[in-house]
Amino acid sequence: MAIPLKYNLRNLIVRRVSTLMTIGTIALVVAVFVALMSLANGLNSSLVETGSPENVVILRDGAQTEMQSFVTKEAFQVIQTIPGIARDTQGKPIASGEVVVLINLLRRGDISASNVTVRGVSETGVALRPHLKLVGGRMFRPDVGEAIVSRKIADRFQGASLGDELQLGRRKFAVVGIFDAGGTGFDSEIWSDVVGVSDAFDRASYSSVLLRAENVATRDQLVSRIEAEQRLKLESKSELAYYEEQTSASGPIRGLGIFVAIIMGIGACFGGMNTMYASVAYRTREIGTLRALGFSKLSIMTSFVIESMILALIGGVIGCLLALPVNGIATGTMNFRTFSEVAFSFRITPDLLLSALVFSLLLGFIGGLLPSRTAARMPITKALREI
Amino acid sequence: MADTLINLVRVTKHYRRDTIDIPVLDNIDLEISRGEFLALMGPSGSGKTTLLNLIAGIDKPNSGRVVIDDKDITKLSEQQLAKWRARHVGFIFQLYNLIPVLSAYENVELPLLLTSLSKSKRREHVMTALSVVGLEDRERHYPRQLSGGQEQRVAIARAIVTDPTLLVADEPTGDLDAKSAEEILDLIKRLNEEFHKTIIMVTHDPRAASHAHAIIHLEKGVLSKSGGVYEVPAAHN
Repeated sequence: MAIPLKYNLRNLIVRRVSTLMTIGTIALVVAVFVALMSLANGLNSSLVETGSPENVVILRDGAQTEMQSFVTKEAFQVIQTIPGIARDTQGKPIASGEVVVLINLLRRGDISASNVTVRGVSETGVALRPHLKLVGGRMFRPDVGEAIVSRKIADRFQGASLGDELQLGRRKFAVVGIFDAGGTGFDSEIWSDVVGVSDAFDRASYSSVLLRAENVATRDQLVSRIEAEQRLKLESKSELAYYEEQTSASGPIRGLGIFVAIIMGIGACFGGMNTMYASVAYRTREIGTLRALGFSKLSIMTSFVIESMILALIGGVIGCLLALPVNGIATGTMNFRTFSEVAFSFRITPDLLLSALVFSLLLGFIGGLLPSRTAARMPITKALREI
Repeated sequence: MADTLINLVRVTKHYRRDTIDIPVLDNIDLEISRGEFLALMGPSGSGKTTLLNLIAGIDKPNSGRVVIDDKDITKLSEQQLAKWRARHVGFIFQLYNLIPVLSAYENVELPLLLTSLSKSKRREHVMTALSVVGLEDRERHYPRQLSGGQEQRVAIARAIVTDPTLLVADEPTGDLDAKSAEEILDLIKRLNEEFHKTIIMVTHDPRAASHAHAIIHLEKGVLSKSGGVYEVPAAHN
């Protein structure tokens, strides 16, 4: 049988000052880890979760984003003849030619500006995004200079609130509605009707076409058919795949999160190691006694590693609790693919909390390993001589 | 000698400090019978604790054999030796070596955790051991709540709880006042007489040694008399 766990727990209580300091260090590291990863998580999900599985995005061949793409109105006509596209009640193919442009808006309480995406959509385009909900005002009417703005953009930028007037290209648009797109990428956009936006920015072509396949199963066949159509020279992909590709925007934050967590983690490991070394030195004679009584090297080592992991796990739990308040806080960053603002919220998920706890256990394990080895390998006769 | 429990054959032990060899025990031959109560005496650095450690299996000789109950323990691996100690040796230390964060009961229970005994059986054994040392009412006390003499009695209960073949005591009264020391020595003597434990006790103190059946003197790593011929104190003649 192993050395009883109460031996470790009571030792942690006896050395409460060093225990608390180590727990504090690990808690801070884990809190920073959770906060940074929740930032990357939020950004990731705002892009990944955008799109419906049966929707297909069509772009110019080689274009990576809607901003770089154009689809001529003639091509849009051809696309609608391709079999496999779902049809509405009147038998018309469900397809929306859309114009996507960037405008520069000033942030609230700041003099710095940022690019914001403006999307010109048709009625079909709105219908293709059923998760978009109006939370204030009403839907824009076509061709009368009206627009709706996502709540996150309205909150974060000047002149984008309900009742304000936005200068889009050469025309002014009244903000008549505020929408919520459920945490997807559309939460970083301003929408108006496609004709008005084309006119305001003098666009003769669409940026992209969004259409709905008859069902998810035939979606990929439809994608192949569009790409096989030689007259078009277009590229198509599922809407989900398109936004997933955009998630490279979260890469730098995720990378930074992991980098900072590793650097701080190394520091925390040394902190934990220091505590455990002190604890080993403090208990040398006890270790000698336990070995003399017949406890094996392995049980001594396991006991100390477990002690270190308990310490780290407590730190991990506190770290998670410290980071929880950032959950849901809205912020924004530049999407480096589209060079436009992506509004998103810190997102702490159960998975993230679990990985934070695993991370803290790993810190405890590494921090406890060397001191435990030292404790276990000490000659019994030498350990017993320690006062 | 009838029924030999411990047999040391040409045991040599030296320590290395930097490049210098420091001899501690030189070709020791020693036989100790089962049920013996033996005191090991000698000046500091004479090698008495080293000899005790070799017999208890917490150190290994450089050469020679240490045979206990017909088993040559020098041939055992470290893991086998740990198991052997848990089963056959009870330790009594000068500074008691109780685990401060465990209660008297939990300290005495420690060696039993290495056996397959059930919790209720362990409790039975622990309470028996504590009653032998007269501390059954102190089972919940922590070492800091006990006097030196009581701590050593808990340590003795821990040493006997597995009913080991051999008890080794290294200066068991070295840290106690005269009255407590006398009580501990009486208790150790009782373990020998009543429970027939074989006991080897290292001590500086001639009064402590006088409780033993026999005394061996070690001087500069050599037994003053070897092969089971002991100098027996006059008081016990």
